[in-house]
Amino acid sequence: MDLLNAIVALSNFVLVPAIAYGSQLALGALGVTLIYGILRFSNFAHGDTMAFGTMATILFTWWFQSLGISFGPLPTALLALPLGILGCMAIVLLTDRGIYRFYREQKAKPVILVIVSMGVMFIMNGLVRVIIGPDDQNFADGDRFIITAREFREMTGLREGLALKSTQGITVITAVIVVALLFWFLNRTRTGKSMRAYSDNEDLALLSGINPERVVMITWLIVAALATVAGVLYGLDKSFKPFVYFQLLLPIFASAIVGGLGSPVGAIAGGFIIAFSEVTITYAWKKVLTYLLPEAWQPDGLVQLMSTDYKFAVSFVILLIVLLVKPTGLFKGKSV
Amino acid sequence: MSGNAYQDDRGNKDRSITKAGGPGSAEGAMRKGKAVPAPGGPFLIGENMTGGYGKGPNILEACTIAVDKGEIAVIVGPNGAGKSTAMKAVFGMLDLREGSVRLDGEDITALSPQARVVKGMGFVPQTSNIFTSLTVEENLEMGAFIRRDDFSETMEQILDLFPILREKRRQAAGELSGGQRQQVAVGRALMTKPKVLMLDEPTAGVSPIVMDELFDRIIEVARTGIPILMVEQNARQALEIADKGYVLVQGMNAYSGTGKDLLADPEVRKSFLGG
Repeated sequence: MDLLNAIVALSNFVLVPAIAYGSQLALGALGVTLIYGILRFSNFAHGDTMAFGTMATILFTWWFQSLGISFGPLPTALLALPLGILGCMAIVLLTDRGIYRFYREQKAKPVILVIVSMGVMFIMNGLVRVIIGPDDQNFADGDRFIITAREFREMTGLREGLALKSTQGITVITAVIVVALLFWFLNRTRTGKSMRAYSDNEDLALLSGINPERVVMITWLIVAALATVAGVLYGLDKSFKPFVYFQLLLPIFASAIVGGLGSPVGAIAGGFIIAFSEVTITYAWKKVLTYLLPEAWQPDGLVQLMSTDYKFAVSFVILLIVLLVKPTGLFKGKSV
Repeated sequence: MSGNAYQDDRGNKDRSITKAGGPGSAEGAMRKGKAVPAPGGPFLIGENMTGGYGKGPNILEACTIAVDKGEIAVIVGPNGAGKSTAMKAVFGMLDLREGSVRLDGEDITALSPQARVVKGMGFVPQTSNIFTSLTVEENLEMGAFIRRDDFSETMEQILDLFPILREKRRQAAGELSGGQRQQVAVGRALMTKPKVLMLDEPTAGVSPIVMDELFDRIIEVARTGIPILMVEQNARQALEIADKGYVLVQGMNAYSGTGKDLLADPEVRKSFLGG
C-alpha cells in the first residue's frame, strides 16, 4: 500500500510534470536542431520565436473568446494555434528575407549568423514585449483537469492523489502527433529527403538540382510551426511571460546538444533527459521517502537537492558534462 | 580570405554553435539569369573562361573546353592547373569574369547550377560526392530530384550498371568502400538522364583494379551516347580512351587535340606523361 502511494506521489509530482515539460522542450529542441542541421548555426532567437508565435496565438485566442467562440472542454488556444503558426511563419520568413538572406548571399561563416541571430533575438524580444507587455498572461480555458487529485483518491482509495491536468494531456498528445508528422515528412517525402540531403552536403544538393533557397524557406516554416506549438503548449501548461521564454533558450539548447545537434531523435531524447533531471533534482523527496522508508530512517528535511530557483543550473551542468565527455551528444549529430 | 569580414570565422571551432564543414563553397546558387539561344558550336563548350573564387585572383585564364555528342573529352594537367576549377566554371559553381558557357545551342552562362541540372547537365565532383547519411537508394532518388516523372526505370538501369549498389541499396552510402562510393556518385548523376556528364577525377583514391573497372563503366556509359567531360589524374589511361584531350597549365590551355595525338606528342609526353 505504501509502495503504491509512493508511486502515485512520484507520478503526480515528478513523472507527469516531467513528461509534459520534456515534450515541450523536445519540440523546442527540434526547431533548434533543424536550423543547426540545415542553416548550420545555433539560432539564439529560438526562444523569442516561440514567444512571438505564442503571443500571436494568444491574441487570436482573445479575439475568439471575445466573439464567443470556444472549443468545448479544450482550450480555445488550440483553435487559434493554426493562425498563430501562420503569424509566426510570417515573421520568421520576413526575418529570413530581410536579414539572414543577406548573409547567405555573402556566404558568411556560420559563426557570423550566430551573432546575427542574437540581434534578431533582442529585436523579437522587444517586439513581443511592446505588443503584449512584459507581464504574465494566462490564456488557458476549458476544463482544467482530466482527473483531479480528489477524484483519483475517491476512485482508488489511496491516500495520495494523482492529478492529471488537461494541458498535460494535450501537450503529450500534440507532441506525439507533431513529432510523428515531422519524421514522416523528413524520411518519406521528396521535400523532406531533399532537406536531409541539403543538411548532409550542401554543394552536392545543389548539383542534384535542389534549390537551396527553397530548402531554407521550408525549414523556417517548419521551425516556426514547431516553435509556436512548443510555446503554446508551454504557455497553456504554465503561463505566458516573454522573459520566461527567453530563459527557456538554455534548457532547449541543452536538450539539443545533449541529444546531439542536428539529430532530430537526439533532440527528443535530450528534451526528456533535461526535463527529468530538472524536475527530479528540484523535487522535495520527503513525501515519497516517507512512504518507502521504515519509520526510523524517515528524513527530517525536505530532501530537496536544489531549490527550484536553480533549475536552470541543472540544464547548464548537464550541458557542460556532455560537452566535456561526449561533445557530439548521445545520438551522433552529423555522420562522417 | 581576401579580407572579406563575413568569411572570417575568427578561429571559431565551437561545434555547439556552428556545424562543422560550414556552408557549401559553390557560388552562383542565387544567380537568376536566363538561358539565351546561341546556335552553332559544339554540344557543350566553356569558351574563353576567366575567373577565380570569390574576389580572389584569376585561376582560369581564357580557358576553353568543349565536348561534342558521342565523345569523351579528358582534361589533364599538373596539380593546381585549374582542372577542377574549369569543371566548376562550366557547371556554374564559380562566377566567370569573362567568357561564356554554351550547351546545346543555348548560352547558359547566367544560369545557376541547379538550373543547369534542369538543362541536362550532370556533374560528379571529386570529393564529398555522395550524401553519406542517406541510403544508397535515397542518394539515387536525390539524383532524380528534378524529375517529376516515374524514375524507377532509370533506377533499375543504374542498378543493372552497378550491380553492387543493388545489394547495398538500403545501406547508408557513408558505410561503403571508396570504389562503391564512386559508383553511387556516378549513379546519382545519371539519375537525371543527363545530356552531358561531367566527372571530376572519378578514379581518385581507388585501387588500380577498381580504377580499371570504373573506366570500363565510364566507357559503357559513353556508349549509351552521353558525351562525357572528365578530369583525370591518370593521364595516360584517360587519354587512351579519350576522343579529345585538353592539357591545362596554370589555368590556360597548353595543348589540345585528340587523345591519340596528345599521347604521341613528344612535348606532352615529356612534361606530363613521364617520357
